[in-house]
Amino acid sequence: MSAAVAMILALAVGTYAFRLVGPVLHGRVVLSPRVQELLSAGAVVLLVALLATGALTEGGGFAGWARPAGVLVAGVLAWWRAPFPVVVLGAAVVTAVLRATGLA
Amino acid sequence: MRSLLRTPLGPARGSLDTSLVRDSSLVWLASGVVGVSFGAISVAGGLPVWVPVVMSLVVYAGSAQFSAVGVLLAGGGPVAAAATGLLLNTRTLAFSLAVADILGQGRLARLLGAHLVTDETVAFALAQSDPARRRAAFWISGLGLFAVWNLGVLAGALAGDALGDTGTYGLDAAFPAVLVALVLPALRANPAVRRCALLGAGLALAVTPAVPAGVPVLVALAGLVGHGRGRGRTA
Repeated sequence: MSAAVAMILALAVGTYAFRLVGPVLHGRVVLSPRVQELLSAGAVVLLVALLATGALTEGGGFAGWARPAGVLVAGVLAWWRAPFPVVVLGAAVVTAVLRATGLA
Repeated sequence: MRSLLRTPLGPARGSLDTSLVRDSSLVWLASGVVGVSFGAISVAGGLPVWVPVVMSLVVYAGSAQFSAVGVLLAGGGPVAAAATGLLLNTRTLAFSLAVADILGQGRLARLLGAHLVTDETVAFALAQSDPARRRAAFWISGLGLFAVWNLGVLAGALAGDALGDTGTYGLDAAFPAVLVALVLPALRANPAVRRCALLGAGLALAVTPAVPAGVPVLVALAGLVGHGRGRGRTA
């Protein structure tokens, strides 16, 4: 199992290094308001890209209709300012029902 | 500039922690179930129980863990497995920069907080309206998620594949839905961010069939070219 140990160690150290960049730089490097603005925008861009690829794709291909249909319902509910639990459960229920009934 | 994601999630200050816990708990529940499936899949694939358990504690990144174990079980070797996971986790670097001023001042808060940087926790924290609430959201969501994720993985590794396919419960739709709920206020409030995000998501989707997992969301950052100087300031 030394292969698993090597993999876990490399992944853990590398991931922690990524995560430490922000907290370590904070207070040491003064970022211009413009850069800070871009960092915040960048976080939103990443999150939207994650949700788009997560909603539509699986393993590089199309994820099927049930999942994006559920996420679309979540989008509509969120647009109407439905409470957070309603948005999330709405997506899961729609996707589960579409699959259970064989509709998508 | 911290005002990008302005609209608070729940009712304001008085019920600060209660509403944060209520909203976080749903993400904890969904992540716990996904954790169970990660533990079960790893053990069913032939790995010993400690591999998914230790990995979840020290790596603590769901999508990277699934991918790395997938590569390992497919016979891809430890280097390819680690590289795949690391590629997926490069985005945590950008997230760590975005939440750096939220964690707190102490050395311990920064060292611990860095490990808790995940998609969901960052989205939760940035969606709050003021600094105190952002900090509370980060730590409540982050610590709870860490506990639930690791307990879920342990349970799954010990119990085996008792849950079956989590797709049956529509859980795969729950995670994008969480992100939808958390980023929508920012997209609504800020046209410049909306432009960048839509362009970025389009680019990410376009390259998904052609590039390794983890690369599409990095490509999405190119959408920031749509962020015109000075026009990004929100109300």
